[in-house]
Amino acid sequence: MDTNHSRRQLAAMKQSLFDQGLLDEQFIQLEELQDDANPNFVEEIVTLHYRDSSRLISSIEQALKERNLDFNKLDTLMHQFKGSSSSIGAKKVKAECNLFREYCRAGNAEGCMRSFQQLKKEHAALRKKLEAYFQVSRV
Amino acid sequence: MAIAGSPSAAPQLHVLAVDDSLVDRKVIERLLKISSCKVTVVESGTRALQYLGLDGENDALGFDSVKVNLIMTDYSMPGMTGYELLKKIKQESSVFREIPVVIMSSENVLTRIDRCLEEGAEDFLLKPVKLADVRRLKDFIVKGKVKEGEKRSHKRIRSIDCSSPLSATCSPMSLPCDPSTSLLSPLSAKKARL
Repeated sequence: MDTNHSRRQLAAMKQSLFDQGLLDEQFIQLEELQDDANPNFVEEIVTLHYRDSSRLISSIEQALKERNLDFNKLDTLMHQFKGSSSSIGAKKVKAECNLFREYCRAGNAEGCMRSFQQLKKEHAALRKKLEAYFQVSRV
Repeated sequence: MAIAGSPSAAPQLHVLAVDDSLVDRKVIERLLKISSCKVTVVESGTRALQYLGLDGENDALGFDSVKVNLIMTDYSMPGMTGYELLKKIKQESSVFREIPVVIMSSENVLTRIDRCLEEGAEDFLLKPVKLADVRRLKDFIVKGKVKEGEKRSHKRIRSIDCSSPLSATCSPMSLPCDPSTSLLSPLSAKKARL
């Protein structure tokens, strides 16, 4: 009874994440790689992603503090961030990454700062939601 | 070649995957393992060349050197890009340039794709790489191996037909059963004496 309830709850949570445009097909692809021998594969990958992306956020933050912004460096860092986000299916975060890179290429410092703030918000929000999702999945 | 003994057994491909992203390394490793491939993952082009024994450090460990059936590499990597790795491998005048190389990239840039294919890349995959991509790739490589195997066995049959009478082709197996011959295993030597 309990497992049915949590399974339904899990499905509802996942649907909601998709409906809000936070996750895309890649998340489903990752779930298909799970099996009895590797039941927590998605959570492991997501955990690795947040470790990686936290490091990248710090680096980008540092780079944004520089007097003269190195747009190439910022673009490279964001490319890595975007790749990692894309690999877990983080749809909205990926879109923010693209926006940031557009500002980089336009040499628009103000735009970079603004989109970075937004990106951090999206990144943190998704992290919380995924943590809750995995907590239910472990029940 | 990492292929099982019996001709009817499905060959197990050994894939070398190269990516600087830890997340992507984990994912590609899983994709390949699920597709029944043997996987080696490294984090850079330099490491890949080292693994293959192509870094000029030590001469490839003779024919005991690592057998890789496919290389999958990320395009954008610090240091040596996937494109540069591809070029280095294709410049080898040995077995190594025969290894199919597939480039993976998150960016769908036509000029980039063209350049890679021109340099000899087998395929260009858009990231994130899907299970379907890996399966398709594996089927393609396996078909190639089967064709190769068939060609080789046809060659062998042909050469046996053309050879002179057996007595002239002194292979160890055609020598009379002499127990003292070191060519025979101790077991068959015993049998001969019985």
